[in-house]
Amino acid sequence: MPAVIGIPAEVSAGEKRVAVVPEVVEKLIKLGFAVAVESGAGAAASFDDEAYRRSGAEVVVGAAALWARSDIVFKVRAPASAELASLREGTTLVCFIWPAQNPELMRELAARKATVLAMDSVPRISRAQKLDALSSMANIAGYRAVIEAAHAFGRFFTGQITAAGKVPPARVFVIGAGVAGLSAIGTASGLGAIVRANDTRPEVADQVVSMGGEFVPVDYAESGAGTGGYARVMSEGFQQAQREVFAREARDADIVITTALIPGKPAPRLISAEMVQSMKPGSVIVDMAAEQGGNCELTEPGQVVVKHAVTIIGYTDLPSRLARQASTLYATNLLRLTEELCKTKDGVLHVDMDDEVIRGTTVIKDGAITWPPPPPRLSAAPSPSAKPASVKPPEAAKAHGHGGGAPASPVRTAVTLVAAAALFWFVGANAPAAFLSHFTVFVLACIVGYMVVWNVTPALHTPLMSVTNAISSIIAIGALVQVAPPMTAGAPGADRPAAWILGLAVTSLALVTINMFGGFAVTRRMLAMFRK
Amino acid sequence: MLTANLATVAYIAATILFILSLGGLSNPESSRRGNVYGIIGMAIAVLATIFGPRVGPSGYAWIVGAMAVGAAVGLYASRVVKMTQMPELVALMHSLVGVAAVLVGFANFVDPSAAASFTGAESTIHQVEIYIGILIGAVTFSGSVIAFGKLAGRISGKPVILPGRHVLNLAALVAVIGFGASFIHAHTVAQGLTPLIVMTLIALLLGVHMVMAIGGADMPVVVSMLNSYSGWAAAATGFMLSNDLLIVTGALVGSSGAILSYIMCRAMNRRFFAVIAGGFGTGGGAQPPAGSAPAGEVAPISAAETAEMLRDAKQVIVVPGYGMAVAQAQHTVFEITRYLREKGVNVRFGIHPVAGRMPGHMNVLLAEARVPYDIVLEMDELNGDFPHTDVALVIGANDIVNPAAEDDPTSPIAGMPVLEVWKAKTSIVMKRSMASGYAGVDNPLFYKENNRMLFGDAKKMLDEVLAALRG
Repeated sequence: MPAVIGIPAEVSAGEKRVAVVPEVVEKLIKLGFAVAVESGAGAAASFDDEAYRRSGAEVVVGAAALWARSDIVFKVRAPASAELASLREGTTLVCFIWPAQNPELMRELAARKATVLAMDSVPRISRAQKLDALSSMANIAGYRAVIEAAHAFGRFFTGQITAAGKVPPARVFVIGAGVAGLSAIGTASGLGAIVRANDTRPEVADQVVSMGGEFVPVDYAESGAGTGGYARVMSEGFQQAQREVFAREARDADIVITTALIPGKPAPRLISAEMVQSMKPGSVIVDMAAEQGGNCELTEPGQVVVKHAVTIIGYTDLPSRLARQASTLYATNLLRLTEELCKTKDGVLHVDMDDEVIRGTTVIKDGAITWPPPPPRLSAAPSPSAKPASVKPPEAAKAHGHGGGAPASPVRTAVTLVAAAALFWFVGANAPAAFLSHFTVFVLACIVGYMVVWNVTPALHTPLMSVTNAISSIIAIGALVQVAPPMTAGAPGADRPAAWILGLAVTSLALVTINMFGGFAVTRRMLAMFRK
Repeated sequence: MLTANLATVAYIAATILFILSLGGLSNPESSRRGNVYGIIGMAIAVLATIFGPRVGPSGYAWIVGAMAVGAAVGLYASRVVKMTQMPELVALMHSLVGVAAVLVGFANFVDPSAAASFTGAESTIHQVEIYIGILIGAVTFSGSVIAFGKLAGRISGKPVILPGRHVLNLAALVAVIGFGASFIHAHTVAQGLTPLIVMTLIALLLGVHMVMAIGGADMPVVVSMLNSYSGWAAAATGFMLSNDLLIVTGALVGSSGAILSYIMCRAMNRRFFAVIAGGFGTGGGAQPPAGSAPAGEVAPISAAETAEMLRDAKQVIVVPGYGMAVAQAQHTVFEITRYLREKGVNVRFGIHPVAGRMPGHMNVLLAEARVPYDIVLEMDELNGDFPHTDVALVIGANDIVNPAAEDDPTSPIAGMPVLEVWKAKTSIVMKRSMASGYAGVDNPLFYKENNRMLFGDAKKMLDEVLAALRG
């Protein structure tokens, strides 16, 4: 008897999305599950009951009947109190929860011995990207924000020169270059607008440029990168500098799109009433942080208002306004999560709390609240140590070799020095003078070799090996001096196996000469190939 | 005829030229001059020795004969070798230095006049020098021969792990020291010869055993390690013959090889001893770790679609690996590069330090295919550029582009620096099959949403891509 995944119709007002689309139903069935859909669940997102039926789902009439049938419930929004009442004990619930904002809901879910996976709590690590519904929704919201702005804005986005006169391109200023901000930048520049964007994290400047925008830095040395790729609260000095930049940009912009959010905190107030006043009549502000209080002082969440002749859009349901697309992406995120939960493809969910992704997403396990999870071990954001490599100026990048790096720890250096000193003392105390002079030469040569070779560019490592190999043919000298050493008087020449020595010396000389000539010749051939 | 002093001065000149030669390799512009310095230095050293006080006129004929033969063979070999065979050739050449060190050591040992001037501690030290010189030479020789066999594909590239191999190595080492003691206490040449020959045999086996245990992708470490050994062998011979030039040159080569080994190990985030001890991972086995298989769908792509994506791209980074060398695809890669660059696509190459089978292997292959060296960049130079790269084309590489090295702390290759191709808008991996790489680690890259797989022989597929581009 396979577990039944139930998909209720969303009950909150204006919500048009549905958690699972027919295409994904098929794939869930392939994973071994049975799927039940509440009649009319997909209607607002243009998926009719017939489509669900065709892909193998059972269509159930009435929410209560559906909740009663389901072992697992996939939803978009957190359950309303009516839905909570019909939640069976032991059910697994997957939807947006926002545990920090909804402690009461968490308690009630726990009381019902539910297992709850919150799509808003997916850890932000690379492996979890495919189930990161927040990013999917933010992407859609960013797109929709531009579309809403275009709708409210009385002009073209793209600049045109027509017979009836010249039209300047719209100027769009985006605050916050997260997923939503980048999506808005891409959409707006795709429509032909001039896009400028700001973010407290200077390292996203490249991403802004790659989406077709221009990065507007705040001239104040402080990075806003927090953990998990989110921003953090900035210092007062920085905020002052930031306000100046925003005031300047807002004055010039036709459209301002704000996306600034800090996890677990009300949205920062970035656009003051004065800034709104300074904007041109007919300008548009889309406040994507409206749900968390808004980045603009004059935003009214969920409403479109006109103040100082500026349209301020405070919709909190932007993804839902693109219901079919949002449902499709959300459903795919859910499918990826299901695959993680059901690696055996036998229709049984296995909530593996040792898996970092699952651990982070699971906020209630069998009635026990497991939120918040331990901090993620690895972040999707570039680690600080990786940064110097990427922001290294070109001059530094051209310096070859691998020298430098972090200095060794003092303890290790001390141990090495003591060991070297002991070794040198031992050699000095025991070896004869002749050996010592050779030893001196040897040690110094090692150091010279060390210094010289660090400067070799990695591209030339193969020629380096072949040339050092050729140079090591210097051992030929050892053979040469044994071919015909001049016999000094008094040497025990009689019992000297001259033929043997000659044979050995000549053989080794011939072999080494192969190396000598071959090595230099092949190095030459190789180096001749390196060209600009 | 040169006096002893003149010969010494000539040696100093040769030493300086050798140092300049290595220094010249710091960039491709000066590298050719560097090689010339090396040749001049070698010529000076050899001529100064031949005409110096330690070679009698009776040897000239022998010397000229031997060197003529060697030179002919060497020049011929250097002319016919293919650039893809460079690792084999270098390994083979190391073996020559090794065998020469052994022969010179034996010749020196059986020559009573060589040791006549030594007494007491000096004599003992001389004995030790001979012993060590032959030891290193023998290990270099047999190790290089095995490395050659592996690189040329005559011996399987798989690590051959004997049971208790660390014990075997340790036993061999103890035996070498034991025979060394009896060698030093020997009073006559005949007495000393037996332990010396036995030790040589043990050293030969040790070299074989050591390199047999090391797998294909660790070859860059082995080749550079053998390079280092050949230098130490020369240095030991220099001590034996009281010849400073040999000591200096040997030390230069030895430290160069050691540094290369170190760089290679660091590029794999592994300890030198872990590589030399053979196998992969700390468990001592080469078995792939179970249970870490990433799930997901692999999206294949056709050559025509690849061509389409390359044509539409603005920024392309090509990441070559050993697969490109095996398929001999570097010329086609260059043709594609040239076509795209003419069309204004910025094509660059990202080289991982351990890509291929010897340090710098990929650079040489690309240079052979006439790819300009200023678009061939190191990993550190362009790893930050992937986020605004449209297409990252991975040709026959696997472990060096594995995101598990960064994301998955339990992965055997965790912490190894890798080329972050998955950060590009699209990555295309050219591969013959879904087999895992040398490390036996499955590659989550293949399952990423923005990754496409182009299955097939790299050369054949690239030819199709090129045809589609031009068509």
